[in-house]
Amino acid sequence: MADPKYAAYVCKGCGIGERIDADQSAKIAEKEGKIALVRQHEFLCNAEGVALIRSDIEKEGVTHVAIAACSRRAKTEAFEFPGVALARANLREGVIWVRPDTAEARETTQEMADDYVRMACAELKKMKVPAGNPETGRSKRILVVGGGVSGLTAAVEARNTGYEVVLVEKQAQLGGWAAKLWKRIPEREPHAAPVDTGVQALIDAVTQDAGIRVYTNATLAQTSGAPGRFKASIAVESGSTATEEVGAIVQATGFSLYDMNRLPELGAGKSPNVMDQAGLESLARKAAPKGLPIRRPSDGGEVKRVVFVQCAGQRDDTGKHLPYCSGYCCNTSIKQAMYFKDANPAVDTVVIYTDLRVPGNGEDFYRSAQKKGVTFTKGSVTGVEASGDTCRVSFRDLILDEDASIEAADLVVLATGQVANAGVDIDNPQATDANGTKPISILNLDYRQGKDLPKLSHGFADSHFICFPYETRRTGIYAAGPVRRPMDIAQAKEDATGAVLKAIQAAENAELGRAAHPRSGDLSFPIVQLEGCTQCKRCTVECPFGAIDEDEKTYPVFNESRCRRCGTCMGACPVRVISFENYSVDSVGAQIKAVDIPDEFSEKPRILVLACENDAYPALDMAGMQRNHYSAFVRVIPVRCLGSVNTSWIIDALNGGYDGVMMMGCKHGDDYQCHFVKGSELANSRMSKISETLKTMALETERVATYEVAITDIKRLPVLIGDYAKVIEKIGLSPMKGFA
Amino acid sequence: MTHAVATNQTILVVGGGVSGMTAALEAAECGRQVLLVEKTPTLGGRTALLYRYFPKLCHPTCGLEINLRRVKASRNLRVLTQAEVTRITGARGDYSVALKLAPRYVNENCTACGACGAAVEATIDDPYNYNLSKMKAAYLPHAMAFPQRYVLDPSIIGTPDGEKAKAACRYGAIDLGMKVESLEIRVGAVIWATGWRPYDAAKIQPYGYDRYPNVITSLEFERLADPHGPTGGRILRPSDGREAKDIAFIQCAGSRDENHLRHCSRICCMASLKQTQYVREAYGEAGKSTVYYIDIRAIDRFEDFYSKVLADQTVRFVKSKPARIAEDAGTRDPVIHGVDTEGYHRYATRHDLVVLAVGMEPSVNGADVPHEIVADSSGFIESAASGGFFAAGCASNALDVNRSVQSATASALRAIQIVRKADRVEA
Repeated sequence: MADPKYAAYVCKGCGIGERIDADQSAKIAEKEGKIALVRQHEFLCNAEGVALIRSDIEKEGVTHVAIAACSRRAKTEAFEFPGVALARANLREGVIWVRPDTAEARETTQEMADDYVRMACAELKKMKVPAGNPETGRSKRILVVGGGVSGLTAAVEARNTGYEVVLVEKQAQLGGWAAKLWKRIPEREPHAAPVDTGVQALIDAVTQDAGIRVYTNATLAQTSGAPGRFKASIAVESGSTATEEVGAIVQATGFSLYDMNRLPELGAGKSPNVMDQAGLESLARKAAPKGLPIRRPSDGGEVKRVVFVQCAGQRDDTGKHLPYCSGYCCNTSIKQAMYFKDANPAVDTVVIYTDLRVPGNGEDFYRSAQKKGVTFTKGSVTGVEASGDTCRVSFRDLILDEDASIEAADLVVLATGQVANAGVDIDNPQATDANGTKPISILNLDYRQGKDLPKLSHGFADSHFICFPYETRRTGIYAAGPVRRPMDIAQAKEDATGAVLKAIQAAENAELGRAAHPRSGDLSFPIVQLEGCTQCKRCTVECPFGAIDEDEKTYPVFNESRCRRCGTCMGACPVRVISFENYSVDSVGAQIKAVDIPDEFSEKPRILVLACENDAYPALDMAGMQRNHYSAFVRVIPVRCLGSVNTSWIIDALNGGYDGVMMMGCKHGDDYQCHFVKGSELANSRMSKISETLKTMALETERVATYEVAITDIKRLPVLIGDYAKVIEKIGLSPMKGFA
Repeated sequence: MTHAVATNQTILVVGGGVSGMTAALEAAECGRQVLLVEKTPTLGGRTALLYRYFPKLCHPTCGLEINLRRVKASRNLRVLTQAEVTRITGARGDYSVALKLAPRYVNENCTACGACGAAVEATIDDPYNYNLSKMKAAYLPHAMAFPQRYVLDPSIIGTPDGEKAKAACRYGAIDLGMKVESLEIRVGAVIWATGWRPYDAAKIQPYGYDRYPNVITSLEFERLADPHGPTGGRILRPSDGREAKDIAFIQCAGSRDENHLRHCSRICCMASLKQTQYVREAYGEAGKSTVYYIDIRAIDRFEDFYSKVLADQTVRFVKSKPARIAEDAGTRDPVIHGVDTEGYHRYATRHDLVVLAVGMEPSVNGADVPHEIVADSSGFIESAASGGFFAAGCASNALDVNRSVQSATASALRAIQIVRKADRVEA
C-alpha cells in the first residue's frame, strides 16, 4: 500500500463559517493535527466540494480524509470514498447547533470546534482502511437441523435459491409433527375447513433432490468452525460419523408437546378418552381416511360429545405449568372440532376457553366453526373426572360467573402447548425443560460459551429484538419454527424461509469477510497481538457472540466470521492487545489525548462523553437538529458499543486532566436494548470496579458516570449533560491537570 | 438518483416502512440489486410514528437508525422517495414498471440546515403527528427522516412563501420549477410492502369519532404520549387541553366485525396493553386505564406482558364490546354505554378520553393498484397471477413488527429466487 497521505477539509456551510473561525480550525489541523493538505470550503457536500476531495484522492494520492463539517450521520453518501480512511469532526450538530449564538458563547464554541478538529486528525492518523480478512471459509452449503415442516421448507427454499443442503433428522422419518396430523389449519381463503397438510409433497421434494443430502436417525455429534467453514460431525445410526462442511446452519428442531401427564387434574391418565391434541390427530388419521367416524378409545363407542380444553397447562400463573400461550392451539381445537362437525353435525363439540386467540384471518375460520355449530364457552376448566366411558368436565363459567359442568363427554381434548426443543441451557446445563426432562445438546458446538444457541425466555431460542427477529447470538446459526417461538405450520414455513435467507447471507458474507447484522458489511475484524496476551480469558468469556475460542494454552482464537465487530473484546482486554484497523484502543485514545485541556484555573472543565453510536450519538445529533443547547465543556466520541470501551481510555482521560467522563449506553437488564447484547451491562460492571482506581488516584467517584440512554432522549441528554456539569462544578476541577 | 438503472435482475420493493426496508436490505445484503420506492418523502413508515414497541417498551427509532445505517452503507440498494408505481406489465422475471415521481422542490444540495423552514410562514397539517399539529410548509418530515432533505409542500409553490424558501436557501437546493417525472424501469421481481392504514374510525358511527373530540384513535394516542409529539408527551384532551387521567381503550374498533373489517388485526390488544403503561408512566398510581375487550390476544410470550398489566392496579378490564359512546355536553367527557358480558350488567361509564384501538386495513385497499395483484377478500396481497410478486409485512396480513420483518425476510428470498433465474437465463 502506498504511503499514507492525509488531508483535512473544513466546511463553512450551514452557518459553521459564521459561528466559528474556520481559519483557526484549519490552522489547527495543519499545525497540531500535522495534516499536510488542509482546505476550507463554503459548501463541501455539494458536487463541487465532493469533486475537490475526489480530485485530491486521485491526483494528490490522498489516502486519509478528515472532514470537519456535519455529523457522520449526515451526508454519508456524499462523503463516501471507497478505499479511503475517513474521520468526521461534527462541527454542525455537535457544536454550532448545540450552542447559543451569543458573543459570550463564542470562545467556548470555538474551543469545542477546535478540539473536534484535533480529535478527527488524531483519529485519522491511527486509522487504516480495513483490508478484509482473507482467511475466510468458502462453503455455501446450508445445514438444516430438523426434518419437520420448518426444516423441510428451509431445505426446499435453499435449493430453490441454488444452494446445496445437508439435512439432519433425529427420527427415522421426515415430516415431524405435521406428518402426524390428519389435516391442518387453512392459510388461504376461504378459511372455512381443514386442509391437507402438504407435508408429503415437501418430503418428496426433499428426498428427490440430489442437491439435498438427508441423514435420518442422525444427530450432530459436534459442530465447529464458523460461517463459511462450519464442520458438522454427524452421528448416524450405524455408530459411524460423517463429516460435512457447511457455510451456515438453520436450526429447525421444533417442539415437544407439553406432557399432559403433568395435568392429572384435567383427567390425563385417568381415562384413554382424555387426550392431547396429538392424540386426537392420531385417532383422526386412523379413522378418517377410511371414511369412518372417530370412536371412543376406551370401548370403541360412538362419540356424541367432545370437549376441548384450551390453555391446558398453559398461561399458568401458579408456576407449575407453562406461563406462556402457544398461539396455535385455539385454531387447532377449532380445526379438530370441525373433524367431527364436518363428518356428523349431530356431534356436540364444545371449546372451553378464556380468550380465544385466532389472529388475522383465523377470525374467518372461527366464524366458520360457529356456523358449523361448534359451541364456544368462555370458562376456566377446574377438573375432568372419568366415570365409565365418559367424562364430566367441571368449569367456571366466566360469563354467568358460576360453576358449571358438562356431563357425558365421550372425548376430552387438552390443548397443551409447545415446549421448544432448543437443546441445553448454556447458562445452566443441568437445567430441565418444562416437561421435566434434561435436554441433550442439539448442535454440540465446540464453542467456549456452550453447546447450543442461547435461549431468550421460556426455553425458546428467539431473538430479543422486535425489529430483528433473525438476530442470533451465534452468527451463521439461525433458529426457525417453533424452536424460536410457538407457532403454527403457516408461520413456521414463513419463518423457515426467512431463516434460510439469513443463512445464505451469512455464508455469502463470510466469504467476503463482511460482518453480519447489525454492522452489516463491516470489513474490519479484531486483530490480536498475541505476544502481549496474558491469557486472562476475559475476551473469550465476555464476547456476546461466542466468537472467540481458546487454544490449549488458553490464548484466544478469533473466528472472524462469527464476530459482529462490536469491540467488546477490545474493551475487555486489560493489556490492550485487541484492536480493529479502523477502531482501536489507539484511535480512540489518540482522540482523548488530542483534546486541549485548559489549566486548573481556567474554570473550563472538560468532560469526555463516550456515546453508543446507535442510540446515544443519534440522540445527541437530534438534540442539535432541534437546537437543544448543552454545555460547551463536553467532548463526544461515538463508540461502536459501550462494551468496547477500554478502561484505559477512562484512566488516560482522568490522568490527562479531564474532569469527568460520561458513558452513555443502552438500557440493560431483562429488556436490554443493547444490540450487542450485553455491551452496556459490561461497561456498567467494569465501571463499578473503577472506583478503586479512582481512589488510588485520589479522585472523586463522581468523575466517572454511566447512563442508560435511549435514542429518543433528545431533550433529556442536554439536561443530563447540564446536571453532570453542575456536579463537576461542585466537586471542582480535576487536580490531575498539568501532570500529563 | 432519479435516473435509476434497473434490469431484470433487480428487485423492486414498493414501500419504505419497516417491512419494505427489511426486504430491500436483506436482499441487497445477499448481493442483489434492489430499488426501494416510497410514496412519501421519507423512509420509516408507520412505525417511525410510534412512541414505543411492545413488549419491551423500546423505541422504534432505535431499529430505524440501524436500518438507515444499513441503507446508507449498501451499494446494492437505491432509494426513490415520493415515488409511486403506476403501471406494471410483463411477466415473472421481466417486468416493466412505470413510476411517477412527485416533485420535492428540493434537490440533493439540501443540507437540512433548516433555513427554508424558518423563512416560510405557511403551515400545513402535520401528517407525522396524524394531523394533531401543524408544521411549516417547508419541512423535514421528522428527526429521523431519510433522505435527510427538506420538502416543500406543493401548496406554497407559486406563492410568496415559495419564493421566501428559495431566497433563504444559500445552497441552491430549492427548485420551484420541479415537475412530476415519470420513469420506466425493468425489474425481475416485485415485493409489495405497502403496509396498512388505520381503519377509518368515523365509520364506526356509534363511537362518535367524528363528533366527539375526546374520542381518538390508538395511533393518535401514540403521538400524544411521545415526547416529540404535538403535546411534548403530555396526554392532553383535544377538547380542552386538560390532562386526561382516566382513559378507556376500546378493542376491536373496526376489527372482528363483518360490518367493518372481518379479520382480527392482531396488534391492537398488545398495543392497548402497552398504552396503559404510557398512562402509568405519565401519572403513576393516579392514572386509570380501562380496557374494553372481547378476547385479549396476547399471543406466545406476550402473555408475560399481559400478566404484568393484569397485576397493575391502575388497569381494569371489562369484557364487553361497547354499544355506543355519548358525550356529556357540559364537560365533553365521553360516556361509554354497554353490557359487561361477565355477569351481564349494563354500564354507562364516564372517562376523560377514549382511545379506539383501530384495526389494520391494507393500504392498497381501494387504491388504484397495477394489474394482476392477487389479493384476498380483505385486500391482503397474496401474489401475482404470474408469480413474480410477493407481499411483505402488513400488505400480506395483519402482523406485528416482529412478524412483519420475518415476512419481509421471507419475501426477499422468494424475490431472489426469481431474479436468480433471470440472472442465469441472461448469462
